[in-house]
Amino acid sequence: MNLYEQQSANRHKTWLIMFAFVAFLFVLGLGFDAFYLGDLGGYVPIGSILALAVGSVSAIVSYYTGDKAVLLATGATPIADVAASASDADKLKLRQLDNIVDEMSIAAGLPRPRVYIVPDPDPNAFATGRGPEHSSIAVTRGLLDALDREELQGVVAHEMSHIRNLDVRLMTIVAALVGSVALIADWSSRGMQWGGGSRRSSRDRDSGGGGVAAIIFLVIWIIAIILAPLIAQTLAMMVSRKREFLADASGAELTRNPVGLASALEKIESSVAPTQAINRGSAHLCIADPLGRQVNLKEGFWSDLFASHPPMRARIAALKEMAFQAAPKG
Amino acid sequence: MPFIVFLVFIALLVIWAVASYNRLVSLRNQVLNGWKQIDVQLKRRHDLIPNLVNAVRGSMDFERDTLTAVMEARAKAMAATSPADAAQKEGQLTQALGRLIAVAENYPQLKSNENVKMLQEELSGTENKVGFARQFYNDIATKFNTSQQVFPTNIFAGMFGFKSAELFEITDEADRAVPAVDLSRR
Repeated sequence: MNLYEQQSANRHKTWLIMFAFVAFLFVLGLGFDAFYLGDLGGYVPIGSILALAVGSVSAIVSYYTGDKAVLLATGATPIADVAASASDADKLKLRQLDNIVDEMSIAAGLPRPRVYIVPDPDPNAFATGRGPEHSSIAVTRGLLDALDREELQGVVAHEMSHIRNLDVRLMTIVAALVGSVALIADWSSRGMQWGGGSRRSSRDRDSGGGGVAAIIFLVIWIIAIILAPLIAQTLAMMVSRKREFLADASGAELTRNPVGLASALEKIESSVAPTQAINRGSAHLCIADPLGRQVNLKEGFWSDLFASHPPMRARIAALKEMAFQAAPKG
Repeated sequence: MPFIVFLVFIALLVIWAVASYNRLVSLRNQVLNGWKQIDVQLKRRHDLIPNLVNAVRGSMDFERDTLTAVMEARAKAMAATSPADAAQKEGQLTQALGRLIAVAENYPQLKSNENVKMLQEELSGTENKVGFARQFYNDIATKFNTSQQVFPTNIFAGMFGFKSAELFEITDEADRAVPAVDLSRR
């Protein structure tokens, strides 16, 4: 897959996910109308209209402000603010990161992304944004402390590749919308318990007619509510696994130094503690799984379905192989 | 009927020519922009060098030769005109700087000086930026040259005055050699 194919695939998938999100809300709205307002069409379908409006607006808002939401959720601080109150040794390290980001944006021929520091001792990094002109790279404090210049360069190059091939756009919208799907599912299931009493009385009044349609919608609605978190979770993970390999490879192409990223990944892997600052909703954005899940260590169908990241050992091996092939023979 | 076929053929040919021409123009602009990027970074490096030299001068007084070599190489590099010329002279400047940094490693008071460390980071950062700008420039210039030289674009690329872009390469064998410096010695 070349760069343009990756970009257009990501554009399409972003649209698809936004559309699916709006459709999902619309079904919930229809269910609400059928369930609480009795027959379909008998009343003004407030639920559906409201759901459609809320869904579209929040999809659009997520598209434009998803990166800010993600950064806010992780407690990321702009690098300039961190540098302002840093010690001399820290300033050097931050300046180094700043330079590295400059280097990598030159190598990729892209505008410079904003740089953020996440106050977390576990080494990890992610990129977010909706495209090269509006993007950010965030690294944790732990990453900055643990890695040397070359390794840091590898990590930044990896993130820069995510930005260049528009992975960030898809990942950010998934993070923003998956978070809200989980929230909506929560509310809906609570609403169902609460609405139980009124349902019984409305069925007594009901003479049949639209009852069948109402029941069908009710079933779809319940399925949607039960499946929603599961779908959301699977989706978030499926979008990520192959991408990491691709970003590793094109990151190495930017630095022309696969060994730097390989040894960075080795260091990241060796720190077993989960990254506290990064929650479930944005796990798929990170260079290494912040939750430290076991499923990531395996390969196979189930792991492919549920793991957000490929096994670290496979990634490191792939990078080392690249280095071996690039090394001068003789 | 044959006349219509002929017209369609001509129309397709024109569309193809226009598309290729526009593609070449956009690539040429990218090449120019890539070159400007290198230029910006080179200038930044030239600006940084006097700072570094001043910062280490006090402690390295008897290493006059190394310092002068750096300043001379800088002056020469600043006067470079063409990509090939710049590539060669910048290569020499990089060598001179490498020697300076290596010598500075021998001075503990310099190694622990925050100011010098920061300048060193700036310098190696700029050096990398020059390197990556060059990498980007060479990639895009190669792409530009290739799309001019492939058949059938090569037939009319010359007619419209497209010339191959010069690559920013280290041509001198002496420049290519890594300066032998033993960093482990104190």
